[in-house]
Amino acid sequence: MSTQLLAEPIARPMHPVPCRVRSVVRELEDTFTLELDPPGGDWGFAPGQFTMLYAFGVGEAPISISGDPNDASRLVQTIRAVGPVTDALTSVSPGDVVGVRGPFGSAWPTDVAEGHDLLIITGGIGLAPLRPAILHVLANRDRYGNVTLMYGARSPGELLFTEELQEWRSRFDFEVLITVDHGDRVWRGPVGVVTTLIGRASFDPQTAVAFICGPEIMMRFTIQGLQGKGVTSERLYTSMERNMKCGIGLCGHCQIGPFFACKEGPVFSCAELTDVCWTKEM
Amino acid sequence: MSDVFDLLADHPFFAGMTDEQIRVVAETGTFVSFKGGETIFSEGGPANACLLILDGDVALELDTPGHGEQVMQTLHAGDLLGWSWLYPPYRWSYDAHVHSDTEAIRFDGPALKQVAEADPVLGYELMKRFTEMLVNRMQSIRIQLLDVYSTPR
Repeated sequence: MSTQLLAEPIARPMHPVPCRVRSVVRELEDTFTLELDPPGGDWGFAPGQFTMLYAFGVGEAPISISGDPNDASRLVQTIRAVGPVTDALTSVSPGDVVGVRGPFGSAWPTDVAEGHDLLIITGGIGLAPLRPAILHVLANRDRYGNVTLMYGARSPGELLFTEELQEWRSRFDFEVLITVDHGDRVWRGPVGVVTTLIGRASFDPQTAVAFICGPEIMMRFTIQGLQGKGVTSERLYTSMERNMKCGIGLCGHCQIGPFFACKEGPVFSCAELTDVCWTKEM
Repeated sequence: MSDVFDLLADHPFFAGMTDEQIRVVAETGTFVSFKGGETIFSEGGPANACLLILDGDVALELDTPGHGEQVMQTLHAGDLLGWSWLYPPYRWSYDAHVHSDTEAIRFDGPALKQVAEADPVLGYELMKRFTEMLVNRMQSIRIQLLDVYSTPR
């Protein structure tokens, strides 16, 4: 079982398309969501894909798309400032122009999960690349069994999309479990790593499908936790972050064993990655 | 409410144990309940029991000078609370505060140790399960210590 490869060729994949910034929302101290005018033509993307965002004069960085896949009228990307390019991208204002290449890469296999329980397990900024999948699943809720989001963050003040999380929590058909590594004086929710939530979710381990995105070590322990419950690697999917550069599988910067994370990934099934993933220096 | 045996027989912690072993363990257990805000035990107090949480949320807290009460971990329905009763000096290492009304089965520590000593096969089964719980908690704490969500620079 492999992830969806979205091979619709982009006419000029190395050519950044100028896109105007519509709005900038500060999510956290170092994390921003940009809403952009989408590139022209038949703009669309699949949940899990990314673009190369170009801060003119500074450089490009791979950024996950965090918007609604059913809304082609805007390109929404959530960026955490971790270096010169992302620092520059998070300094833009409405009306500024950034370059966009893409969308690139594979998608969360929302079709594979149809008819089954779905576990969406994420930590930190990993919620951003999963948000399109969540929106897609909620828009087609009757196609899935139990759907559970397990979300871990460093602290209550570092939870992303808090208003939307509240909205999701109020639904009766979507179980939202949130934990933080470190509580504070007002936090009354769970404290502990995200893997501790697995035992609280309601799912059939024989058939459930899991989408996992977060720091690699968090994903590693999450995979172990799910395998311990009986979920096999074929039904576990992760989004692997690597040093994407070209976005089209040519330059090799994002190679993971025999794969290019920008082209065959970033979403992989764990079965595909068994021999290469979690291997030191890969 | 079902009796203690029925609840234990259905609980994953006791999966694989015989009915007779579960019956012996169940005899050391009683139902207890706590209101939100109550303290189940305090750091340094005598550790003489463990609790299987049936419903509710309990926070393990450590009073840190200058920082107040720090929540180290929360435990929820299905979790087992407390292992200090197993090892000297038999004192609690944390405070356990009830976040929301909690129902639990309280196992008498000395009685549980006594049945384990009397039946080493049962004792081994219990120790395997407690050790697994300890390893899982330790792994969780290790990941917490790694601070995996901090900004990489």
